[in-house]
Amino acid sequence: MNQDEEQIRNLLKQSIHAGDPDLRGDLWPRMLRRLEEKSPQVPWFDWALLAALVLSLCLMPGTIPVLLYHL
Amino acid sequence: MPVLEQPAELFEQFAGGDLEAFEVLFRQYQAEVYRWVVRIVRDPGVAEDLTIETFWRIYRAHARFDPKRSFGAWARRIATNAALDHLKAARQEEPLPDSLPERAPPDAAVQQDTRQRMTRAFGELPAKLRMAATLALIEEQPYKEIADAMGISVGAVKLRVFRAVRLLRKNLEQQGVKP
Repeated sequence: MNQDEEQIRNLLKQSIHAGDPDLRGDLWPRMLRRLEEKSPQVPWFDWALLAALVLSLCLMPGTIPVLLYHL
Repeated sequence: MPVLEQPAELFEQFAGGDLEAFEVLFRQYQAEVYRWVVRIVRDPGVAEDLTIETFWRIYRAHARFDPKRSFGAWARRIATNAALDHLKAARQEEPLPDSLPERAPPDAAVQQDTRQRMTRAFGELPAKLRMAATLALIEEQPYKEIADAMGISVGAVKLRVFRAVRLLRKNLEQQGVKP
């Protein structure tokens, strides 16, 4: 490790403490609640938007590279 | 991860979607996953939420788990991704949480103001650099473990730590602090 990294490490350790706290309790009851939640339904207008996007890409394939560039 | 050895059938049952096998694995690994995540996000409440999120992702991905490979390493990789998603989503100007107990009192020679500036500069680092620097410089985890958890090479971890140190130094110098 170089001197630069050592200096920053020392200052970092003075500023932000290392820690190793233990888990305070069993998380399984919360996990069960999460598992019992229904997966969120996708609204119908999201499907409509997706269909419109796919349709427009099929009609104008030249826009695909432009879309990929902006993603 | 230092956990009791599990019979191979348990992992196969989990991979097949068995909820009871998942519960056994959850109880066995939840503390290890939590300890890893809290080192990254530095907030016990958020770390608990991310532990649940990690196991939710694990449960959904059960069919992709190879029972011949290490469940602990797989869980740590997923936990790292969940923690990284959290760091990316957290607002940059949000102060870095640090409600973890101190191991040693801070050096009086280091001014409070300098520590605050360092904390702020650290919070402004890009999420991937902050994660690598937290694990390597503050928590002093081996580079190999960090690399495995982040799914990158040891060289890439070293590069991220190097870039984090360089950005921290630059930020501190702009604030008039000479580290």
